[in-house]
Amino acid sequence: MIQYLIDGPLWYFSLAVFFIGVVWQLIAVVFTGNKADLSVPRDSAASGAIKTFFSRFVPHREIAPAIMLPVVAGYMFHLGLFALLFFAAPHVVFLEENLLGFGWTPMPHWAFIVAAQFAFFGLIVLWLRRLVNPVSRLISTLDDHIAAILTFVVMLTGCFALLEGSTGLRLLHRFTVELWLIYFPFSALMHTFTFVPSRMLTGAWFGRRGVDA
Amino acid sequence: MSEQLERGLETLRGEIDNKVKAFFSSCVRCGICAEACLFYTETSDPRYTPIYKTEPLRKLWENEYSFWGKLKSALGMSQAMTEADLADWEELVYDGCSMCGRCSMVCPVGVDISGIIFKVKHGLSQAGFSPEGLVGATQRAVDIGSPMGITLTTVQAMIKHVEADTGLKVPMDVEGADYMALLSSNEIALYPEYLESLVKIFDHAGVSWTLSSDAFEATNAGLQLGDKSIAGQLVQRVVDGAEKLKVKNVISPECGHAYTALRWEGPNFIGKAYPFRVVHILELLDELKAEGRLKTSGQESERLTFHDPCSIVRRGGINAQPRNLLGAISGNFVEMADHGNMNWCCGGGGGVSSNERAHELKLTAFNKKKSQIEATGAEALVTACSNCRTTLEEGVESNEMEIEVLGLTEMIAAHLEERPAS
Ligand code: SF4
Ligand code: SF4
Repeated sequence: MIQYLIDGPLWYFSLAVFFIGVVWQLIAVVFTGNKADLSVPRDSAASGAIKTFFSRFVPHREIAPAIMLPVVAGYMFHLGLFALLFFAAPHVVFLEENLLGFGWTPMPHWAFIVAAQFAFFGLIVLWLRRLVNPVSRLISTLDDHIAAILTFVVMLTGCFALLEGSTGLRLLHRFTVELWLIYFPFSALMHTFTFVPSRMLTGAWFGRRGVDA
Repeated sequence: MSEQLERGLETLRGEIDNKVKAFFSSCVRCGICAEACLFYTETSDPRYTPIYKTEPLRKLWENEYSFWGKLKSALGMSQAMTEADLADWEELVYDGCSMCGRCSMVCPVGVDISGIIFKVKHGLSQAGFSPEGLVGATQRAVDIGSPMGITLTTVQAMIKHVEADTGLKVPMDVEGADYMALLSSNEIALYPEYLESLVKIFDHAGVSWTLSSDAFEATNAGLQLGDKSIAGQLVQRVVDGAEKLKVKNVISPECGHAYTALRWEGPNFIGKAYPFRVVHILELLDELKAEGRLKTSGQESERLTFHDPCSIVRRGGINAQPRNLLGAISGNFVEMADHGNMNWCCGGGGGVSSNERAHELKLTAFNKKKSQIEATGAEALVTACSNCRTTLEEGVESNEMEIEVLGLTEMIAAHLEERPAS
């Protein structure tokens, strides 16, 4: 019964919440009114948007030394998670059979271990920093902690499921993924998508003023 | 709920646009922006973290626009915003932010934090949570036409002195002139040499220009206060003056926030595009130089460095021009380590210098500039904003630093090539 629920209705429900929620939130961002700027632009807003979208992948030289820890941990976590999500062998098979109809070469086991270590290390460092750094502690919300813990649990159950290969662990992992998907659109996890319009809107603003941002 | 609080919250609601939604839903609370802010780096107080200064608007967004806020409200569990939610932020936003925009350059998800802080200021100003000094200055700007209470008579007296000193006429109310020049309050009250320099440079370059007796001041206290309606009224005065004289261009003074108000925000404040071009004085000088109409001679030998006014460079896009101009008159120019778009603020922008309550904090924030200046070993510090200049002079004075503070336009005027007698 539990297996049926987790592999069936709950899975489809969580997917529906995820996709509809994400699209809904993005529509709210993209289609909410924004008054036209009546000042005469000095330069192109479009090229500013594109420039800033890419430039923010790398920290400014002037502040890089002060933010090394969150930047390095952030990259380790995001790259590790990306690799696990799209290149872990069970995920490739799952995506091929259940969603896409095609697959690609998964990463070897040793690469899985490295990616998992990156992702865990990055996430733990970022979360500890959230707890101990006075600035991050002050500005963090309950949502940030729930998002971090939920992501951690999903990764942990995923690793156990893969390493142990038991049905129970696989179900537990899938269940946590479903919770994560349902939580995603209403949480800080949405930055996965909203950072794109955020960077581009700011870049366009700077671009029309002729500022390289 | 008091009427004032409701007005403030209503103003904040009106500020929630697609940018605010994109920004608040993408902020990951990493705190990186703190490292870009001189009020945080110089005090180590986490309350000065840039994104924390936007908390009133974030809270409103969370309560009324986010899924959880709406759910709580439907279940009768939401907590209404109170006066304290706004009052507690007055000091952070007005005293602890110079609107320098440095934080907006570093956010990894691209949040324009200082843009949101301006929106918060708008809400606070409507709810009556703004520093007295700034409110008074804004009131004087509305009533008298100048935040420092400067009248046309004062300007006329200054013009007389300038004409006597230079032997040149200051054109007033000349219809059809190419350019209408504006002054900032500080340039009238503290640095009359700015107008003197304009007269000399424009005579040298053969520029057709005028002052307007209806609109001589560009300082915009409404922008500093965050009151868009007053900011719009002050911009409209300039627009009316320029339209009356049918000028083709309006010259913004060096003053950074006056430039922002006039060049970038003004058309949005008054709801229409201008029938004239706005050009910053440094842009114009650079253009005249490129056209060969502005010729300089001689070079300063002392070691010079340049303080970029934030509103001109980072929020205004004027970066190369001061360097081109300085390059022409200095043989010993040295950049600060962080300059141009990533310069550090002097600490006095965004109305901080008009806010007496913020005096001590401003001097603490100045420590960043102090260490930057000292690292260059410069003997003179050049800038191009009278507000920065007073803040820098104050900082230099109170830290007993041995460095002269100079205005760039005056330096150019001092190096004009002698024209052969005709
Ligand atoms: S740097 Fe950007 S994402 Fe990080 S806390 Fe500041 S505003 Fe939020
Ligand atoms: S605009 Fe400047 S002073 Fe204000 S919060 Fe951002 S970095 Fe700090």
